[in-house]
Amino acid sequence: MRMSRVSRVSRMLRAGTTGPHRTRPPRTRTGRTRPKRAAAGAGALLLLTLTGCGAADMTKQASPFANAQGARTVTLSVQSWVGAQANVAVAQYLLEHELGYRVDTVQVDEVPAWDALSQGRVDAILEDWGHPDQEQRYVEDKKTIARGGDLGVTGHIGWFVPTYFAEQHPDVTDWKNLNKYADQFRTPESGGKGQLLDGSPSYVTNDKALVKNLKLDYKVVFAGSEAAQITQIKQFAKQKKPFLTYWYTPQWLTEQVPMTEVKLPPYKEGCDADPAKVACAYPHTPLQKYLNADFAEKGGKAADFLKKFKWTTEDQNEVALMIADQKLTPRQAAKKWVDSHESTWRSWLP
Amino acid sequence: MATITATAQKSSPPGILAGAAVRKLLVLALLAAVLVPFAVTRWSSGAWPEALTVDVSGPLADVSDWIIDNRDSHPLFLYFLGHVSNVVVIAVRAVYLALLAVGWAGVTAVAALVAWRVAGVRLALGTAVAFLVCGLLGMWVPTMQTLALMVVAVAASVLVGALLGLAAGLSDRMERLLRPVLDTMQVLPAFAYLLPVVLVFGIGVPAAVLATVIYAAPPMARLTSLGLRGADKEVLEAVESLGSTARQRLLTARIPLARKELLLGINQTIMMALSMAVIASVIGAGGLGDRVYQALASVDVGAALAAGVPIVLLAVVLDRVTGAAGARLGQAPAPNSRALWSAALAAAAVVAVAGRLAGRLEWPVNWVVGIADPVNRAVDWMTAHLYTGVPVVGGTADWAGRFTTWVLDPLRDGLQWLPWWSVLLAVAALAWLIGTWRTALTAVLAMAAIGVLGVWDQSLDTLSQVLAAVAVTLVIGFATGIAAARSDRVERLLRPVLDVFQTMPQFVYLIPVVALFGVGRAPAVAAAIVYALPAVVRITAQGLRRVDPAALESARSLGATSAQQLRQVQLPLARRALLLAVNQGVVLVLAVVIIGGLVGGGALGYDVVFGLAQGDLATGLVAGAAIVCLGLMLDRVTQPTERRAKKGA
Repeated sequence: MRMSRVSRVSRMLRAGTTGPHRTRPPRTRTGRTRPKRAAAGAGALLLLTLTGCGAADMTKQASPFANAQGARTVTLSVQSWVGAQANVAVAQYLLEHELGYRVDTVQVDEVPAWDALSQGRVDAILEDWGHPDQEQRYVEDKKTIARGGDLGVTGHIGWFVPTYFAEQHPDVTDWKNLNKYADQFRTPESGGKGQLLDGSPSYVTNDKALVKNLKLDYKVVFAGSEAAQITQIKQFAKQKKPFLTYWYTPQWLTEQVPMTEVKLPPYKEGCDADPAKVACAYPHTPLQKYLNADFAEKGGKAADFLKKFKWTTEDQNEVALMIADQKLTPRQAAKKWVDSHESTWRSWLP
Repeated sequence: MATITATAQKSSPPGILAGAAVRKLLVLALLAAVLVPFAVTRWSSGAWPEALTVDVSGPLADVSDWIIDNRDSHPLFLYFLGHVSNVVVIAVRAVYLALLAVGWAGVTAVAALVAWRVAGVRLALGTAVAFLVCGLLGMWVPTMQTLALMVVAVAASVLVGALLGLAAGLSDRMERLLRPVLDTMQVLPAFAYLLPVVLVFGIGVPAAVLATVIYAAPPMARLTSLGLRGADKEVLEAVESLGSTARQRLLTARIPLARKELLLGINQTIMMALSMAVIASVIGAGGLGDRVYQALASVDVGAALAAGVPIVLLAVVLDRVTGAAGARLGQAPAPNSRALWSAALAAAAVVAVAGRLAGRLEWPVNWVVGIADPVNRAVDWMTAHLYTGVPVVGGTADWAGRFTTWVLDPLRDGLQWLPWWSVLLAVAALAWLIGTWRTALTAVLAMAAIGVLGVWDQSLDTLSQVLAAVAVTLVIGFATGIAAARSDRVERLLRPVLDVFQTMPQFVYLIPVVALFGVGRAPAVAAAIVYALPAVVRITAQGLRRVDPAALESARSLGATSAQQLRQVQLPLARRALLLAVNQGVVLVLAVVIIGGLVGGGALGYDVVFGLAQGDLATGLVAGAAIVCLGLMLDRVTQPTERRAKKGA
């Protein structure tokens, strides 16, 4: 069957080159075409042998840049926020310097990262904020992803105002008073309403439903990326302007621009089940690690190490701040942290 | 809307054609008189009527689930797509390992010596410097990763494009079939089709390479076909009279005669592929693009620039070298060219081996110059001082606010307020006035498809941003273009600036743009203007310079002032070029307004970003399709179609 495809291709090629004339090729030429056809056939065969005969499961293919110098490689997914970069930077540093691995990192959004993890393009996600659909599909049904345990950091999403504004207007921190301040939060982009600044489309958000269900006079403006959101917040803070933003902790920016959370109606188990009817705050989420199932089993020391990797919110923030604020490279930041916290990471080593 | 109408009116010359324009409008008015009352009574809403939309999210979600569930078991994936993906991985890996094995000195030497033989000493030096700068910026390994990916993607694009172009160049039927497809692909914003590729191939290099090939192959196909069709008739007849077969004619006459176009095609393909390098990082291309993308996450413009500069350098060097190779094609080769080639290759080999023996394959760590800090300080200073409160003119944030309130808002609200049938009618009228009834029909159908997909409002929001950006781009672009056409010095000064902005990855300046203009539609528009301006300036300047000197001379001898010459001779004679500038401007602006979804542009761009980020095929693909339709519509509305006079030729 394979050969027949090849010969069909070469026939098609020949038909193409004869073009509009469609004359039968004269006898004399057949002698010249044979080597070419043979070459085409050989090329196709070579291609097939290269790729291995028969089935090629592309969900099991690694990155072409992996294992380049013959070293054992671990590929980690880095999400776009700096906290996640901090996890990866420290894990990478220790894997490279203590365990002798080579580490590749790939920047992927959260949901596609699950997909990449299940395919083995990525070996581990170190910080996941909760994706029940994906968990069901990949961990429970397909069993291509294994749980890697707690990261040790608790994440929380909420609405925040800058502390300088909250100190002047203490009652802004209750959602019931938000409408009173709507006109102070106005921007050209939000038109006549107050602006609620949202971030990257990859983050979990119920804000549109919240604004509607809590009858707030606000418009959700999506910054489209966390970088844009941070830049905007910094600009506001420089001028001590009021703003209301979707934000989360732990996040290094709160060290630079102190922010106070606005209390939303309290979170109860299951109050966010129907996305259209949500009218409560976001939960506190213990962040999780996930490993590719094959890697978790056969990944040797690297897999063991990543399973044991567990630190605190303060640790993560320390590294994140070095990266984002002092503009150290993730590698330098990781080295600095590793040098001063040996007792913490010693216990992670297998 | 204003600009396009204005150009449309300017473009219809007085006399006979004006009569034709009136006739066209009359036909449209007649059609409208019949159809509009019917439509209004049936669906009386201003926005696209609910009854005429088709909800495709259910089926799309099913498709998405099916692909994810069957990707590791279905034969289509195992026996076909899997192999495709595998070949890509192996090829990229092979090139990457080869580049690493040759070492930095070797790669630089090979590149410089090839450039020397192909394009001369100056470009050889430029090439060497470019590669060394990549290393100095600490970007050697990412540069090699991107280079490996580019080599494979460009090779595949050239192959695919050449085959398609061959088919279209030799068979009229294929030409008719491929032409609209290639035309359409030319105007597609790359962001629109990342999602389907990712869904099938998953995040990673294969998806990135394939997306690049889809993006970069069309110019090759078009130029190949053009070259084959443009071959000198007399030469062909002479060859034919010698009794050669069709194949011999193709190999000995038509393809060699089309060499210039083929080389231009390769040049275009390389440029397109490089511009994709960063966008593809969103789907896991790795390399330089990934560095840019990661730097942006920590709002580190300096680091993003450090990764962006190598991309610019690679693009400029490859552009100049292939361009020079094309210019040298006609000349006879130097008598000792073979000896020089072997000398060059031997020298390169010596350098590579020397590097190997010296154990210096990797770029030395301490030879790295950090540019991130000074750049960040400069950007900080700029944004701190220009953002607001600048005396008299006001800060950039104030401008952005006013632009949003006084231009973008009324434009968007106006478009969304217009009854849907009047939008279709306006599109039809514009497209027909400039083009043919075919282009008008395509444009109207594309616009209607947007409504059917149920994204009418978002699309008009995007459209309003595009129109505003195009208006500003054309005003600045034409003014600068005229200045460049009239003064050699201005042009010389502008050239490097235009080069840089044309090749600089848009991601690099997204963040400074936000810092200046705040989050929202204004920064998206600003980024689009920055991106589209170089092309508009270039085309305008070129068009004006090509105006027949005799016409100018006679105008001058009649005593016309320089302004009169410009207004009454140069601009009318350069009309084609100006229209082309409008067309290019529109297409480029659309591409970046979509990326503006990353900085608060909202609308379709946000939907695409959302689709990619959440793996949500329904949202992402519908938005992608709407972008395609919008691009098609905008292209047809601004594209003067020539009467098919060339068809027989």
